[in-house]
Amino acid sequence: MEKIPILRMGEFLLVTIQVDMHDRLAMTLQDDLTNRISQTGAKGVLIDISSLEIVDSFIGRMLGNIASTSRVLDAETVVVGMQPAVAITLVELGMSLDGVRTALNVDAGMELLRRSVSGHEESEYGSYFH
Amino acid sequence: MAVTSTETVPVVSEADIVKVRRCVRESAAKLGFSLVDQTKVVTAASELARNTVIHGRGGRMELATLNGPRVGIRLIFEDKGPGIPDIDLALRDGFTTGSGLGLGLGGSKRLVNEFELKSRVGEGTKVTVIRWK
Repeated sequence: MEKIPILRMGEFLLVTIQVDMHDRLAMTLQDDLTNRISQTGAKGVLIDISSLEIVDSFIGRMLGNIASTSRVLDAETVVVGMQPAVAITLVELGMSLDGVRTALNVDAGMELLRRSVSGHEESEYGSYFH
Repeated sequence: MAVTSTETVPVVSEADIVKVRRCVRESAAKLGFSLVDQTKVVTAASELARNTVIHGRGGRMELATLNGPRVGIRLIFEDKGPGIPDIDLALRDGFTTGSGLGLGLGGSKRLVNEFELKSRVGEGTKVTVIRWK
């Protein structure tokens, strides 16, 4: 069966969606990512959608679900690289991807994840001593 | 309204939804739609095709390119499924009978210029949309 590869980089998981996704592939990715977060204890997930030519309500819902599920498993999700035409269409469709963090590109997304992970540690450290 | 070419695509499985997106993208690009307009009409087609597969239990899409006086794309999604009992309710954002977000019909209506929905309970549903260039 067709699958979207999930790469591990340190404490983060990276996914690049490069195919025109049919619905079942999107569901499989959602399940695979959830399992990988739980197995690896990853602290962040970066999803690169720069190759996606459309995001309809189904794919949008999948991104939202991934973000919520990973949050429950103590991992942050950042979606990066959305094409401008896709962003315009998505908002007109009525989806604002509430609860999904986004960044313009992979670099900015990684920076966001690193900061959120280290911020998390600092605050725990802080509460330990105060 | 001059129809220059038509094409019919079966819309039965999930793979057909992807096929619909490709066909509509190709035609929109050929007609010289801007990237944003291409994306809008392809996204609308994707939503409507999914409705045909899931709620209509499969059907077909007829794609026509319109040439003159205005240039545009017309898509007709037709199924012989159970039909929609309350069309106004079905068009409302957030209304869903399935597991989706309920943005399919109302959302796709916002992405096109003309939208017509005809449905008869027990007979089927026909959605006609046009996006002008």
